Amino acid sequence: MTPVLPDEPLPRRGPPDPRLVWRALGTVADPELPAVSIVELGIVRGVECTADECIVTLTPTYSGCPATRVIEADARAAVASVTDRRVRMLTALAPAWRSDWIAPEARRKLAACGIAPPRPGGAGPAITMTPDRSAIRCPHCGSRRTEEVARFGSTACKAQHRCRDCLEPFDYFKPH
Amino acid sequence: MLHLADNDLVLAQRLGEWVGRGPALEEDIASTNVGLDLLGQARLWLAYAGEIDGRSEDRFAYFRDSGEFRNLLLVEQPNGNYADTLARQYLFDQWHVLLLAQLSMSCDARVAGIATKALTEVRYHVERSAGWVIRLGDGTALSHARMQAALDALWMYTGEMFAVAAAERALIDAGIAADAGALHAPWLTAVQRVLAEATLAIPDDPWMQGGNGRGGKQGVHTEHLSRMLAEMQVLPRTYPEARW
Repeated sequence: MTPVLPDEPLPRRGPPDPRLVWRALGTVADPELPAVSIVELGIVRGVECTADECIVTLTPTYSGCPATRVIEADARAAVASVTDRRVRMLTALAPAWRSDWIAPEARRKLAACGIAPPRPGGAGPAITMTPDRSAIRCPHCGSRRTEEVARFGSTACKAQHRCRDCLEPFDYFKPH
Repeated sequence: MLHLADNDLVLAQRLGEWVGRGPALEEDIASTNVGLDLLGQARLWLAYAGEIDGRSEDRFAYFRDSGEFRNLLLVEQPNGNYADTLARQYLFDQWHVLLLAQLSMSCDARVAGIATKALTEVRYHVERSAGWVIRLGDGTALSHARMQAALDALWMYTGEMFAVAAAERALIDAGIAADAGALHAPWLTAVQRVLAEATLAIPDDPWMQGGNGRGGKQGVHTEHLSRMLAEMQVLPRTYPEARW
């Protein structure tokens, strides 16, 4: 056991309490989207608590997302701060994560930090040659006169767009 | 399973060769993002294969020789110019999206789960690669000539995408694997539509590589794969216990 320094909160003893676990997970940010928590993004799929362990199920947004391991480690550490019992992390691929799972509050937070939230409805079932890319609102000035610069952006979950009114570039969270 | 994993892994490595060398920053990022998605998908398939076989993802990726890889010949072809890379990408993406749609209905829940996850990503890939085939084909005289030359050179590798190996038949009948043979008609229809819009011609030589059960799925590869693997595997093979 590492010694606990006096100015740090003592780790919580006792069996895991689901409300505290959810609250702890709500403080874990996606390292590539620091404004929103992994709970708000829909990455946490379930919390199961028994007398001697806590099982947290996560789902990846993109299968190659490099943040997945960091998120898992951060989530584990957060849960370990509210219980001293065993913490198990599971990964669920099905049902596959959808951008529609992002909570409304998180969509506002994304926009507030310059990332246009994904259009509702995801990518849709159809394979089209001319996808509808209209009417993505500029997170800076609110204009809907925006255009796609590139289909892929700084991270696996974003595309690059540009506003034709305020001329600012911005990230667009890909609908998925 | 290794066929699915190796297609993703080998193409991801090829796309990774474009890092820092893309014709534009946006395309550099796009190539590597597609590669990253494919690498993620390869890991999911390899993890499942490993549960059956006992090997780790790294053992599969770094400690098999080219004869043990089961990927399509198409994905191991060198990057060439950007038209070569995008023609390869489109011919593969168009097949991949149809294959994953089939696999998403697999009776094996794990296969269906991975395929469903991958499908949303690959739908996005095919939109981009089809868009580039059209843009370059219906572009300047030079871009048209290069895209047509790329298609002419790669077309002979498309036949084996629809060949069913004898060992697969039982898995298809059990509703676990997809029947690749059934994908040919929808694939060709989609490719014809894209090439028509791109003002490109479907190559008319029907001869295909990898026929007679001697192709990528059987571990019979072009010389390009072993050279690519040499670069991909050199570090873990030189320092097998290295960690970073």
